[in-house]
Amino acid sequence: MTTDTTTTVAPTGETVLDARGVTMRFGGLTAVRDVNLTVNSGEIVGLIGPNGAGKTTFFNCLTGLYIPTEGEVRYKGNVLPPKSFKVTAAGIARTFQNIRLFANMTVLENVLVGRHTRTKEGFWSAVLRGPGFHKAEATSRERAMELLEFVGLEKKAEHLARNLPYGEQRKLEIARALASEPGLLLLDEPTAGMNPQETRATEELVFAIRDKGIAVLVIEHDMRFIFNLCDRVAVLVQGEKLVEGDSATVQGDERVVAAYLGEPFENAPGDEEVAEVEAAEAQAGTPTDAAPGKENDR
Amino acid sequence: MTTQTTTPEAFGDTTPARAGLIGIPENAARALATGGAILTIISTFLAWTWTADFPGDLTVYGYPGGLQVLVLIGGLLTTLFSLASYSVKGFGWLVPAGADGAIKFAALATFATAWYTVIAISVNLGGVVNLEPGGYVVAVASLATLLGALALPFEHPEPDPIDPDDTSWEHTKHKLGHQWQTVKAAFATGTARPAPALPSYAEILIIVAVLALALAVFTYGIGTEYDELFIGFLITAGLGFAALNKSGLVAQASQITARHQNITICGAFVAAALFPFTQTDDQYATLGVYILIFATVALGLNIVVGLAGLLDLGYVAFLGVGAYAAAMVSGSPSSPFDVHFPFWAAALVGCAASLVFGVLIGAPTLRLRGDYLAIVTLGFGEIFRITANNLDGTSGPDITNGSNGISSIPNLDILGFDFGAVHNILGVDIGRFANYFFLMLIITAIVVLVFRRSGDSRIGRAWVAIREDETAALAMGINGFRVKLIAFAVGASLAGLAGTVQAHVTYTVTPEQYLFAGAIPPNSAFLLAAVVLGGMGTIGGPLIGASLLFLIPNKLQFLGDYQLFAFGLALILLMRFRPEGMIPNRRRQLEFHEEAEAPTVLTKAGA
Repeated sequence: MTTDTTTTVAPTGETVLDARGVTMRFGGLTAVRDVNLTVNSGEIVGLIGPNGAGKTTFFNCLTGLYIPTEGEVRYKGNVLPPKSFKVTAAGIARTFQNIRLFANMTVLENVLVGRHTRTKEGFWSAVLRGPGFHKAEATSRERAMELLEFVGLEKKAEHLARNLPYGEQRKLEIARALASEPGLLLLDEPTAGMNPQETRATEELVFAIRDKGIAVLVIEHDMRFIFNLCDRVAVLVQGEKLVEGDSATVQGDERVVAAYLGEPFENAPGDEEVAEVEAAEAQAGTPTDAAPGKENDR
Repeated sequence: MTTQTTTPEAFGDTTPARAGLIGIPENAARALATGGAILTIISTFLAWTWTADFPGDLTVYGYPGGLQVLVLIGGLLTTLFSLASYSVKGFGWLVPAGADGAIKFAALATFATAWYTVIAISVNLGGVVNLEPGGYVVAVASLATLLGALALPFEHPEPDPIDPDDTSWEHTKHKLGHQWQTVKAAFATGTARPAPALPSYAEILIIVAVLALALAVFTYGIGTEYDELFIGFLITAGLGFAALNKSGLVAQASQITARHQNITICGAFVAAALFPFTQTDDQYATLGVYILIFATVALGLNIVVGLAGLLDLGYVAFLGVGAYAAAMVSGSPSSPFDVHFPFWAAALVGCAASLVFGVLIGAPTLRLRGDYLAIVTLGFGEIFRITANNLDGTSGPDITNGSNGISSIPNLDILGFDFGAVHNILGVDIGRFANYFFLMLIITAIVVLVFRRSGDSRIGRAWVAIREDETAALAMGINGFRVKLIAFAVGASLAGLAGTVQAHVTYTVTPEQYLFAGAIPPNSAFLLAAVVLGGMGTIGGPLIGASLLFLIPNKLQFLGDYQLFAFGLALILLMRFRPEGMIPNRRRQLEFHEEAEAPTVLTKAGA
């Protein structure tokens, strides 16, 4: 039976995800240090940070793949169980940074696997094939086809997942995650490797998911995508949360720029040269021509 | 940069786009093939040798015997395909994918069988003087057929451009590669046109015909009385099947069977049940029942390996547990328990014992992945055998009677039907082994049912998902450990069920029947080989793989000590050239996917 958990849209503001003081250590390395993050229903929250900042590790802590060394994660008020399949059953679904579809299953079967937690038919039911089995199977298929239509893959239901083009594999992964009827969807770099059009399509898709009443937490490197999409953005640098706020706040924050580009500091060896170049440019009035040659000499 | 256009230098200019492998004009080649094939048919009615010393009695005029029949079949196939290639009315349906590839394979089948026979006669009897004129005629005729067939034109592949800077070794390699491509192209064929939409009674009739053909081939193979005939049978059957495949008939037949899956499966069981009625004595029913036991256990293993991707190298232990459990409650005098359960109870006991054993082994080991699981299951398989060997009263409690095993297991008696006695059904004597054959067929049907239904359900999809990517499957909410344990337990109980019958068929249950590897088939290595050779994740695959793996060592006694060597060689060759197994999984047959497909599933689950 389909116990439709998605339709019960909570009023915006209810906390869906509440991570408190999450710390993850691997031996001596602290990958994530004391991160607090909340996601409210109806919200799209972005998580950005330079490479190696601990974003995916934090994600894995949220989904039960890792058990945080310290701190706790609550989903709708309940502490998450430490097994990833139980987390999914509780209502958090995710996609992976490097696509992890079931490559040799068809598109439809992939989505059906996603419905595993929302169906109950076991081995005996499959062997005996009572009326309940057929009913549940039909419902599952119907629901899966709806989701494929939602992401625009209904025509390819019988294709093998491995033969889909890259962008559609991403969409299928999202459809598969949605099949578990989550209250919170975690997207790990959903637009990695996509061209601008595909990125825009993904943006629309995420908005559509939000409109279904599912909160979204998204990791991404594409800043335009993040700032278009997210109600709030948190910046993770070296395992710690640096800033959190709306797009404008984060974009304007010097520390964020510094974290991505590095900060200029006093008496650095390159400073004089930079000053020289700037002076020369100012004099010549042709800002760009001289500079490359100079840099190449260095 | 050296961009030189030196492509035609080596061979390009001499070879026109369409030509045969041998330079005979097309019309002459086709005529030669057809004529040769007809002459071959005629020659099978002649005497090939003067003495009946060569098995099969090839001395009679007007009555083909033994290997002659096989050559006759090959010749008939070639003639039919040739006639079809002339667009003779009424033969067109034979070659939905084009005739030439089929002619080539059929001619090759005829030639190989005929020449094998002629050479075998000469070698066995000591010289070509032992050939009668008929022998020479068939040799020449089949050679002519083959030459004609090979001269049939085909599209030559374009050679890859050569880099003139390469060493001569690389040139040679390149040339060889191109020649191999050309030979492959010579035997290639088009795609079959889809099977015409027939009324369903006609389609069912076709299915019946296909099943009857399969039964006939199987019965012939199992009934071959001497090595030469079995080898000839393998040659003809293998290449003949290739010819049918190239003609596109196989593709059409599988389309039709796919439309009526349930009918096909029921029909296959009816065909299998007819097998004892084709036999005059119990000798080959014995082979039949052993093949069926082997195949059923292989099919059970296919749930574990093919669906869930758990490499189990100790699977035969579950067969052993079932057999021991059934033997102990069978009322055998050497059993420590003085009880005699009816079969249904014994089967339940065997099943339950294997289930418990499976869960006990599975619970700790299934936390491991891949190779580690394989090693641990291998260990547990051996532990079972050694334990059974030692529970003899001296090294441990007397339960299994040690290496002597439990012997004198009485025959089954279900509802007054004595399995040990000969029954006369429809005028045919059905002996002891045939009785067990029927019982085993029911068990096989149960296993097929479980395999099919569980495979196509929530739990089956979870198994495949676990095999494909365990981390992603966990993230999709699948309780990996639980699902894997179910697969392990189901596989174990099905093997145990087969074991309960096996105990009665063999009279005796000893630890040495349940080795990891040995020359006699139901052992873990052969079971796994049957699954991998036949095709993982399919029903037909393990059944055919098991039949071949059982029949070949059984029929080719002369291989003797080289059996395992030949087996290893065959395994390597098959894995090199057809890694997906003889019957590839449905997943690899989906449209759009012919090219880039092959071995992905295999390397993941089978390595």
